[in-house]
Amino acid sequence: MRAMVLSPHLGLSLALVVMATPVKAETIQVTIDKLVFSPASVEAKVGDTIKWVNKDAFAHTATVKNGWEVMIPPKKSASLTLKAAGTVDYFCRFHPNMTGHIAVAP
Amino acid sequence: MFIQCKSALAALILVGAMPFAQAADKPTDPQIAHIAYTAGTLDIEAAKQALKKSKNKDVLAFAHDMVRDHEAVNVQALDLVKKLKVTPEDNATSQALTKAAAEERAKLAKLKGAAFDKAYVDNEVAYHKQVNGALETLLIPSASNTELKGLLETGLKIFEGHEQHAEHVASMLK
Ligand SMILES: [Cu+2]
Repeated sequence: MRAMVLSPHLGLSLALVVMATPVKAETIQVTIDKLVFSPASVEAKVGDTIKWVNKDAFAHTATVKNGWEVMIPPKKSASLTLKAAGTVDYFCRFHPNMTGHIAVAP
Repeated sequence: MFIQCKSALAALILVGAMPFAQAADKPTDPQIAHIAYTAGTLDIEAAKQALKKSKNKDVLAFAHDMVRDHEAVNVQALDLVKKLKVTPEDNATSQALTKAAAEERAKLAKLKGAAFDKAYVDNEVAYHKQVNGALETLLIPSASNTELKGLLETGLKIFEGHEQHAEHVASMLK
């Protein structure tokens, strides 16, 4: 019923968004505890979401050099949906000794 | 100028290495808690000086990170000593650290601009290295309570992170 009030244009763009979303996108959880990403290495595919759950009382980041950065506040979580295939190494900008790896399949 | 700076830094590292070298005896848990808390507090004070004096955005961001992390560690440390009913005990190492930090702050107070930024960040690298060495070789092995040991181990990882972060900021200042 609600679709009736939407403009045809908005209806079309909504349809495109739905079509572009892979059917079986998953959320992969990476826990941060005592300055360690675990699992340190994950395998994912384009469209999957990485969810970092920070158990520390410290803020961390998941940062890719010359790429994206996700801020993960203390005792909170933060997510990123993977848009491109390839492998990325990330680190925490505040504590560069914290490192992780994501292999993203197309 | 370059030689002067370098020898000043070398002297600073030598002076900086002294506080822990003086502690020949194995520290007790109340002393370890005091040393760890003091080490964090001194780094917060150094950061607050940088926040007042620096205009460099990387240095300011780094100083903010130091305040935030060390305050978080110290909150955990206070919670733990309360829980363990341990009263942190002042000792020669804490006093030597405090004295060395006061001297460093006085030195930094006379500097301005890029000279201040470089001296602050170089000292942060040296200071974190020194505290890491002490945590690894003296404080962690000497701690008898497992929870205190655990907190020190987390503290070591934080300090190692800060050392690398400081090295990165130092490389950007060149
Ligand atoms: Cu971190």
